[in-house]
Amino acid sequence: MSETELGLAVIATINFTIRYSVPITLGALSGILCERSGIVNIGIEGMMLLAAFTGFMTNVFLSEPQVSPALQTAPVRLTLALAVALLTGGLLGLLHGLLSIQYKVDQIVSGTVINILALGLTGYFYRLNTPTLGKLPNLIGNPFGRDSSLELKLADNLTFYLPYDIGRILFDKDLITYLTLVIVFVLGWALFHTTWGLRTRSIGENPRAADTLGINVYRLQYTNLFLGGMLAGLGGAFLTLAAVGLFEQGMTTGRGFIALAVMIFGNWRPWGALRGALLFGFATALQGQLQQFGIDFPHQLVGMLPYILTIVVLAGFVGRAQPPAHAGRVYETEG
Amino acid sequence: MATTAQSRPAPDAPPRRSAPLRAQIWSALQGLLIPLLSVVTAIILGSILILLNGRDPITAFEGLFEGAFLEPRGLLVTFRNMTPLILSGLAVAFAFKSGLFNIGVQGQLIIGSVTAAWLGFAVEGLPPLLHVTLAIVAAALAGGLWAAIAGALKAYADAHEVITTIMLNYIAAQFAGWLISTGSDGSRPGPLSSPESATDAIARTPEILESARLPVVYTVPPNFELHAGIFIAIIATIVITFLLYRTTFGFSLRMAGYSPSAAQYAGVNVKRVTILTMLIAGCLAGLAGGIQTLGVNHGYEGNQSLGLGFDGITVAFLAGNNPIGINFSALLFGAMEAGTTRMALNANVAKELIQVIQALILMFVAADQIIRRIYRIRVAGPGSRLKISQNK
Repeated sequence: MSETELGLAVIATINFTIRYSVPITLGALSGILCERSGIVNIGIEGMMLLAAFTGFMTNVFLSEPQVSPALQTAPVRLTLALAVALLTGGLLGLLHGLLSIQYKVDQIVSGTVINILALGLTGYFYRLNTPTLGKLPNLIGNPFGRDSSLELKLADNLTFYLPYDIGRILFDKDLITYLTLVIVFVLGWALFHTTWGLRTRSIGENPRAADTLGINVYRLQYTNLFLGGMLAGLGGAFLTLAAVGLFEQGMTTGRGFIALAVMIFGNWRPWGALRGALLFGFATALQGQLQQFGIDFPHQLVGMLPYILTIVVLAGFVGRAQPPAHAGRVYETEG
Repeated sequence: MATTAQSRPAPDAPPRRSAPLRAQIWSALQGLLIPLLSVVTAIILGSILILLNGRDPITAFEGLFEGAFLEPRGLLVTFRNMTPLILSGLAVAFAFKSGLFNIGVQGQLIIGSVTAAWLGFAVEGLPPLLHVTLAIVAAALAGGLWAAIAGALKAYADAHEVITTIMLNYIAAQFAGWLISTGSDGSRPGPLSSPESATDAIARTPEILESARLPVVYTVPPNFELHAGIFIAIIATIVITFLLYRTTFGFSLRMAGYSPSAAQYAGVNVKRVTILTMLIAGCLAGLAGGIQTLGVNHGYEGNQSLGLGFDGITVAFLAGNNPIGINFSALLFGAMEAGTTRMALNANVAKELIQVIQALILMFVAADQIIRRIYRIRVAGPGSRLKISQNK
């Protein structure tokens, strides 16, 4: 334990855990919404990537000199960028629906198409060294200064500054982070306590029965794919508009796939997904913070952890998951 | 042909007895028609993209063609690109035949690449032919074992291979990244990292020995070399075709693809078939990685052959997972990649355009109904063949 204090490393690890878990949570919610409606969505990765890109490029474009100054102010710019990212995700969700419902493409193939398409489109339109233009500001900001902080010395190098450090974790966050929490809450409630939720779950379990009861299966699937795509898009927007503030090729690095694992880990429930995402976020945060903890272990090997964890979860070593019965198969109406 | 009693025409029969044959030819042509129209449509859409960017699509595609076929070095690069594409396409198609979607080609390829590089520089004093053979067989086996993990997880833990293979891709990339890490961040350098990488900070293995290099069959001055890998790919195609269509294992593999439960009922050990299928598919991918290391890169570098695994999916689907057809779609994709430099030079169009075109090709091939609708192809063909069985 050299110059860095253990306390600082602990706080950083917590903050990074939250930061990494936001896009994964959103991706997992997207997966839950789609699979609960009977459509497997393996294209979350691509939806995130393309939305991250369009959001970022909107932000860049709106600050060019020929754009009217009214649109150039940071709040307007970022709101529009966010809207474009959401729309991108939603449209890709509809494309997934078009391919898999209308054209009966295997849902996994269709999702793969979206992933490869997003990789290609972002590669083609991205120019290196596109200027970065700031990101979403913190919604609240830390109300506690370090000067007024209470020192809590637990060990030689383990000091916390109580209100200040807690403020950093709770208040020093951007809009999307808080929004994610709200969405987890809303979706967790809506899926199990509203008519929409009941219908959504019913088309994922037994679309024929739902159809017989007068539910328009396809329309609900399209609606939920659009919403699910928007959730993935929000996750992508978080990457470019809130977390990093710039775009890199292939920057989602598997988050969309990890999200699927988190969805399974959380047993297709929003709160479970949030728990899973925090666990995965922690594994990722640890990778960056190891040296801060004075542990000399190759960070690449720690970096394998989230992926190994995903396999362990999938193999059912952590409780048996119960997927929606009809997920992955296209529902075909009779006659 | 017309020797059987049945096909002999009755005296007053209308001269339409060739209709079934014509239908046969039509359906065979249709098998080619859809992929061809998919490629054409994707190129048209790509042209629109180029126009949107204010460039000239004709110049761009002329440049692409010129760079891929007309220059001697271009043709050589086309063949060189084609080699790993055939193998990764086969790795996808072979698994697909038994209903498994192998998205893990990328990881299997990395493992193969690293293994070949390691044996290529670490084993000394072997005669050239033996050294290459050893490295390439080891690369194939390593890729195969890597893929077999996903197969075993599928067979015994019911973990869907799509997610596990993707995860194994990232694990392989991280693992290889550690093996060759430079140690410039203050940590220990990776066990396979080149001694020079400590100073120039380029993560790579040492260069492989001369004896481990794939023999060069043709050289275009100044230094464009065609290695013998293309022959390995063609032999692999033949072996895979034979395995799939002329052996009991191939039969049970395809049966498991059509219906796992029927296969199980017929006495096929589906679990065993699943693991073996992934093992062989991984061998093909590992072979692709080994060939890239021993023939092109002469070592393993972090970013080498990025995206080859995903290209394999498109190559395989474009060919309808037909091993022979994969050679042709690999030729197309290899040529596209070889021509991009010329295209970028002549028409100032970003190289990534071909990625977009390839993704569109994949989309149209998968959703062939779109193509049928656009071009008014009425005859109901076999439909999309890209069905993944629900192994439950």
